[in-house]
Amino acid sequence: MAPSFDQISEQGLAEIEGIDFSDLEEKYRDLREDQGFDNFVVIDGLPVVPEDSKTKLVKFLMKSLNRVGTPRDGEDSVFMPIGDNGKSEGFAFVEYSSPEQAVAATKQLHGVPLDKRHTLQVNKLTDIDRYGREGRIDDEYQPPYIEPFADKEHLRSWLGDPNARDQFVMFRGDNVGIFWNNKKEEPESVVDRKHWTQLFVAWSPQGTFLASIHQQGVQLWGGPNFTKQKQLPHPFVSLVQFSPLENYMVTWSNQPIAVDPDGKSPLSLDEDGKHIVIWDLTTGKPLRSFQAYDLAPPPALEGLPAPKAKVQWPAFKWSADEKYCARMKPGEQLSIYELPSMNMIRDANRDRKALKVEGIVDFEWAPAIPERESIKQDKRPEQLLAYWTPEIGSKPASVALMSVPSREVVRSRNLFNVTDAKLHWQSEAKFLCVKVDRHSKSKKSLATNLEIFRVREKGVPVEVVDSLKDTVINFAWEPKGDRFVVITAGEAVAGSGVLAKTAVSFFAPEKSKTPGVTGSFKHVKTFDKKNSNGIYWSPKGRFVLVGTISVQQHCDLDFYDMDYEGDRVVEDEKVAANIMLMNSEEHYGVTDVEWDPTGRFVVTSASMWTHQMENGYRLWSFSGLILRESPIEKFKQLHWRPRPPTFLTRDEQKQVRRNLREYSREFEELDKEMEEGANAAVVESRRRLYSEWYAWLGAEVEDVKAEREDLGLPDPDEELDLQKTRSAKEGEETVEEVVEEVIEESEEFA
Amino acid sequence: MRPILLQGHERSLNQIKYNRDGDLLFSVAKDKVVCAWYTSNGERLGTYSGHQGAVWTCDPSPNGILLATGAADNTIKLWNIQSGECVKTWENPTAIKRVQFSEDGSRLLAVTEKRMGYLGTIVVYNIQYGEDLTQQSDEQDLKITCEESKATVAGWSYLDKYIIACHEDGSVSQYDSKTGDLDSNIEIHEYDTSINDIQFSTDKTYFITAGKDKTAKIVSARNLEVLKSYSADTPLNTAAITPRKDFVILGGGQAAMDVTTTSARQGKFEARFYHKIFEDEIGRVRGHFGPLNTIAVHPQGTAYSSGGEDGYVRMHNFDKSYFDFMYEVEREASRK
Repeated sequence: MAPSFDQISEQGLAEIEGIDFSDLEEKYRDLREDQGFDNFVVIDGLPVVPEDSKTKLVKFLMKSLNRVGTPRDGEDSVFMPIGDNGKSEGFAFVEYSSPEQAVAATKQLHGVPLDKRHTLQVNKLTDIDRYGREGRIDDEYQPPYIEPFADKEHLRSWLGDPNARDQFVMFRGDNVGIFWNNKKEEPESVVDRKHWTQLFVAWSPQGTFLASIHQQGVQLWGGPNFTKQKQLPHPFVSLVQFSPLENYMVTWSNQPIAVDPDGKSPLSLDEDGKHIVIWDLTTGKPLRSFQAYDLAPPPALEGLPAPKAKVQWPAFKWSADEKYCARMKPGEQLSIYELPSMNMIRDANRDRKALKVEGIVDFEWAPAIPERESIKQDKRPEQLLAYWTPEIGSKPASVALMSVPSREVVRSRNLFNVTDAKLHWQSEAKFLCVKVDRHSKSKKSLATNLEIFRVREKGVPVEVVDSLKDTVINFAWEPKGDRFVVITAGEAVAGSGVLAKTAVSFFAPEKSKTPGVTGSFKHVKTFDKKNSNGIYWSPKGRFVLVGTISVQQHCDLDFYDMDYEGDRVVEDEKVAANIMLMNSEEHYGVTDVEWDPTGRFVVTSASMWTHQMENGYRLWSFSGLILRESPIEKFKQLHWRPRPPTFLTRDEQKQVRRNLREYSREFEELDKEMEEGANAAVVESRRRLYSEWYAWLGAEVEDVKAEREDLGLPDPDEELDLQKTRSAKEGEETVEEVVEEVIEESEEFA
Repeated sequence: MRPILLQGHERSLNQIKYNRDGDLLFSVAKDKVVCAWYTSNGERLGTYSGHQGAVWTCDPSPNGILLATGAADNTIKLWNIQSGECVKTWENPTAIKRVQFSEDGSRLLAVTEKRMGYLGTIVVYNIQYGEDLTQQSDEQDLKITCEESKATVAGWSYLDKYIIACHEDGSVSQYDSKTGDLDSNIEIHEYDTSINDIQFSTDKTYFITAGKDKTAKIVSARNLEVLKSYSADTPLNTAAITPRKDFVILGGGQAAMDVTTTSARQGKFEARFYHKIFEDEIGRVRGHFGPLNTIAVHPQGTAYSSGGEDGYVRMHNFDKSYFDFMYEVEREASRK
């Protein structure tokens, strides 16, 4: 009987099991052809050593190699051939445990000095094979092709507008447009594009670039026609932040980056799995990428699902000169990086380590280069950074000022019974105000202290303003000034559903006799029974808009002048302020307020991102006169284009101020001309519309008359007359009684 | 301009109409009653009762003898204006949304609702004005079925040449009034926003439409060309053309069900005056505390009335400043 299929296979197996393959297995164990040579790197640039020093060198080399991965079999994975002369050849082969490690080695060890005279050159073995084989490289030098120089567009052309107008970007519906502000007139469109952005648009801090946010990344636009300047391919990016001088950008995405190693993206394997990328905007390449730290979620309320962890944003904060950026790990440490290398700055031991700050809650860089007295003399460049830590155990809460790069704490102050603190720098870094919310011993009632650090004075004295009984809900320094506004809120009546009334208080320093020294801060005036929650200073100071923003029931806008030029309103002669409420207006549903960069205009807007009612914007003069009202369907964003700081020196600026009258005459004439021109154009177009309408109507009436005659129909008007005469003939009497009674007359049409 | 308030209805107004002489005003509302008012003093002449549902529409015949009404009880009724008798009732499968007499009064069109498996239609009846007004034909003279999108309102063009219908999808159609053939259909309002009103100029060469898309448009009856467009900030329910002055009056307001907040200023319950030729808004008249559902202008252009969701009719006589108001361009032209 022939064997069945089952039997055959069983027999076969038995035979195969019987054969001893161990010798073959042994022989080919190390070849691992299937894996190829992706695990191997070639290290060049090693010192040439005699054979007996070889193991010493390998040991030394292992230190570097172990930094990026683990060589497969430890020191045995380093193959260093010995030449005929009994000396090493200055290169070695290293086998790593995985191709990823090999790649990491080429990235991180290439160009790294081994000692003073030797620098490692690390390549993948497969690359050497691919590029280094004979004939692969042309023996003759071919100079690289250099793109001919192309003139770049003028990125700041908008500043040259003869009428010194400002631009703004507006995002509504699917369209994004750039416009010139024409005050009362319709804004003049510069460009208007459909689907220009997916999420939102943002200006760079000096107005050079406009960033649009897409699923594929960020695009930067600029120049007179807003052409594409740079692309930063961070997939699914949803938050962006420019550095203050526009050289760098931080992008954040909720999704970790998944890098395709063969793709053409400038993102490399380093960026894999990261959320945050810091870009160099000059090259458009990433400098470094980071994992995001989430902020601890607020404590869960009973019966509600635990709130989600919040994104820490801005993830990085920049020093004013952009030489440093820093981020903190809440409660643990502060990492300060230098730019453009993005290495951490060195500590006292010259190690690049993060600064441990137990409990750190928040920090802020000084927004300008601080001119501390002690620093002015020895002229070391420094940046200041303020941070605060809460009470931990028996250690009190404290605020510290740290000088960077020395990492030296130059001033610190202990605080007690702290619930929360906010750091508010004055725009020139002259003062730092720490708003401290305190609780009583029973941890109940809240009161607020303002602790003002006088940064420029010797020893950084701290002045405490504690005349505030209520909680301070908002605080803002006057830009480039030494006055501030606070909003305090009383306690709301529980369960009434009515918001607590707020009070707006103004503070100013006392007039001082010695120039350059700021007197002590005094409370000047309080406007109470308000609903205000937002403070918006004019970027040039003096004027401030205090309003009720994003509150459903109220929408007040109060325009204040801090230096009212009329009679003195403020009784206290000693304080440097004369506060006047210039105008009170309303804008229903207002969600955003933004001053133009010159402080001439302010825009209040109602964005559909917050609610769907009466979306659009209003343009006001600095004093609160309405200039334009523009309801726009699906209005989302309006942002003024920022201006870079002026090139004029202080003296030149003074000169301009002195001759303001002459300059303004020129501009007033322009305004008048423009208005008249606009009026003339309107009249002209109306004249045209009027004649067109009556020409159309006349023709239509003629046509209808002709058609009517063709149909043999009587003219309805004649018919009516005929009827009337007929009824008159028939002897009917028409009795007309007109009783006229004027009840009241009032004008309805202006 | 102090209005006369007509408080005769208990529910929201649906349509108001002046007769051709302008001495009477007819109003219909959701409360089944048809009212006739003296325009001179706002006194009620009388009511026409008989409808069993909300009355959607009314139209007095050009000769002032008959009043046609259409209601949610699926009937069209003809009334003797003078005596108040109902002289004829036509039954329909669905509600009647709009009735309109032809220019010569010999025909009456009615727009029927699309409901319960019936498509929206426009039907036309012949009207007799004899000794006995009850002698009306039961036969439909014409029936146009709107297959695509139901008609919301309709009217007759100049010389009764066309029937112009406005649709729920924002388009207008021109039908031949003899054959009922569709000449053209043009989308003039934003797609899928219904047109709520159509009113013709005195000579019926052009008409104005009021759209839910917050715009009103003046359209040529001959070729459905949009001549003018007026944009408001609220959905529009009604629009009227004023004789004598080149204005249009628009009315609307967020419907109660669409208002999400309680703020009174949200409603925008105002009659808005626009310049017909320049498309500029020139004034507003407040007063109603619900959306404006219907506006009618006196045939001589001396007064206008508005009916609102609040159940009131407000009758306004234009004062001198209204007639004196002129744009510089108009003054120039009038001097010539």
